[in-house]
Amino acid sequence: MRSAARPFLFMGCVELRQALDMHALDERELMHRLEEAPGDSVFFHTFGYVLRHRPFTTAYGNDFARWAALEIGDRTLAERLAVVDPFAFQNVEALREHLVTILQDHLRARGGDLRVEFDRAFHFQRSHLVEVELGLVATTLAEFRAGLASVDASAIYLHAVEARARGGRRAGDFGEWLRAALELPALAERFERIDPYLTTLERVRGRLLSLVDRALEEEPG
Amino acid sequence: MSRIDDYRQVAPPGAVDIILRLAERVRGRRFLNVTGGRLGGGAAEILRAAVPILSDLGVDTSWEITGGDPAYYATTRALQAALEGAERVLGDEGLAHWVEMNRVNAKKLALDADLVLVHDVQPASLVTHRTEGRWLWRCHFDCSAARPAAWSFFRQFADQYDAAVFSLPGFEGRLGIPMYVIQPSIDPLSEKNRELSARELTDILTSLRVVRGKPLLVQIGPFTASEDPVGVVNAYRMVKKHHDVRLVLAGTASDEPDRVEILSELREAAREDPDVVVLELPAEAHRQINALQRAATIVLQKSVRAGFELGPAEAMWKGKPVIGGYAGGLAQQIIPNVTGYTGYTVEGAAFRIRHLLNNPELIPRMGAAGREHVRRSFLITRHLTDFLALMTHLAR
Repeated sequence: MRSAARPFLFMGCVELRQALDMHALDERELMHRLEEAPGDSVFFHTFGYVLRHRPFTTAYGNDFARWAALEIGDRTLAERLAVVDPFAFQNVEALREHLVTILQDHLRARGGDLRVEFDRAFHFQRSHLVEVELGLVATTLAEFRAGLASVDASAIYLHAVEARARGGRRAGDFGEWLRAALELPALAERFERIDPYLTTLERVRGRLLSLVDRALEEEPG
Repeated sequence: MSRIDDYRQVAPPGAVDIILRLAERVRGRRFLNVTGGRLGGGAAEILRAAVPILSDLGVDTSWEITGGDPAYYATTRALQAALEGAERVLGDEGLAHWVEMNRVNAKKLALDADLVLVHDVQPASLVTHRTEGRWLWRCHFDCSAARPAAWSFFRQFADQYDAAVFSLPGFEGRLGIPMYVIQPSIDPLSEKNRELSARELTDILTSLRVVRGKPLLVQIGPFTASEDPVGVVNAYRMVKKHHDVRLVLAGTASDEPDRVEILSELREAAREDPDVVVLELPAEAHRQINALQRAATIVLQKSVRAGFELGPAEAMWKGKPVIGGYAGGLAQQIIPNVTGYTGYTVEGAAFRIRHLLNNPELIPRMGAAGREHVRRSFLITRHLTDFLALMTHLAR
């Protein structure tokens, strides 16, 4: 079995949330606040949703769509925002621009404002990710599989979502290591094609594991 | 006393390991909590569970309380109420006395630590006597609708902290410091939430004179207008026309005039209907609350104004669907149609109760989803993780 000179270190993460004292009481305010919110707040409410999403909650794709559906009952807007796949954008600014355009278009078509109670306002947040070494290290594909199977779900987010979305590493940390350190480009490419949008981290883990299992069966010796 | 490894059986997989790793990073740093007392709910309830665990983790953790004369406590209560949005008379003399008493407290207390977490209003002005370390103000209530004069006065102290921590986004007042969000939590191994044997459950219910045999609707909370227990009785009466149910309203006793009036109204309702049970419980009636929540078919939390009371999380941890108001932290805890329902009106609460009683297969399904939701989001393990992450972040 191949052994990598550079081991893979599994890291978990904790999302420390920060309130920004920016609130939207209707769709128009949401549009204006979204235009001026820090980029990492846009990231928190879109890509970060993957970390917070649970299998038993409805998949809205991002916090903006969830708010439109549950707090203001605007199902059309909720649907339009929910279908925005953040992973399809080059960067957060392009994603922000697209979300603002959707809101602008929706407001133009609908007209009039619906104010909501402060309890139901959209409260902008950002987060600081505190990375945590999990003490799991892999130098072979079998060790990598063992780590992947047992690691905290936040590690899946950090290595497979955050690294791609914020770090700009298209393959994610797993794919990069498989390609560069373990010299398994085909497996790395299959990892890159995993879609973390509208699913749960446990499902992402399951798909990654099945890819590794197949590679282990194919690997000689 | 519970140890961190005891939580492996209840926390999500991997959660305890992350706590251990984070604790390693802050080991050697001194951490101090300051509150207005050691009894009751809120900050004290959380710290009673968290401080021993942090010590078990090797994090040097201490807990101090401030004290004073009756005037000090009276001003604290009035100031806190005004910061929560109530109209109160706050005299300059009383406020000056509160500040002065905290100056005296500062002299008596050992406030040197790497991180000082000051909880709520009573000890808040201690910050003017800070010496070293980072100081955080931990606000456990909603101060977004604070009375302007009260907030202006209080803000001069709050802005002297390095950061503030609120329970929900939207609970914060305007401050010029970073504001973090950490949701509160329940301790699944505490007397209020631990598993009870069938024998224990029966004994406790017998001692409370709560008879089983009918679907049980339970609301636990103070007998105040904001908890709307009278609205719960009215919802029960609507349901009673269709289902033979029993209602238990359990709350802590108090001699505040509005509570006395509401309690008298509830007692009257109980006299007229033997299936309405009103229980006045002592402040530390954790086992009784545990038993009532476990015996419930459906738990109600029909608050019309709430901070982040954790009754729904406690009930969901026990596998119960919760029907709650749409206020404060209730909407964060109850996932509509998944773990229960949120609503605004008495009629809406009755409608949801009937819906569940008419479709009883939903009750265990929602209960199971609720327990899983709490396991991920509202257990003390998640709270400790957030807190240790905050310590790590601030230490950078």
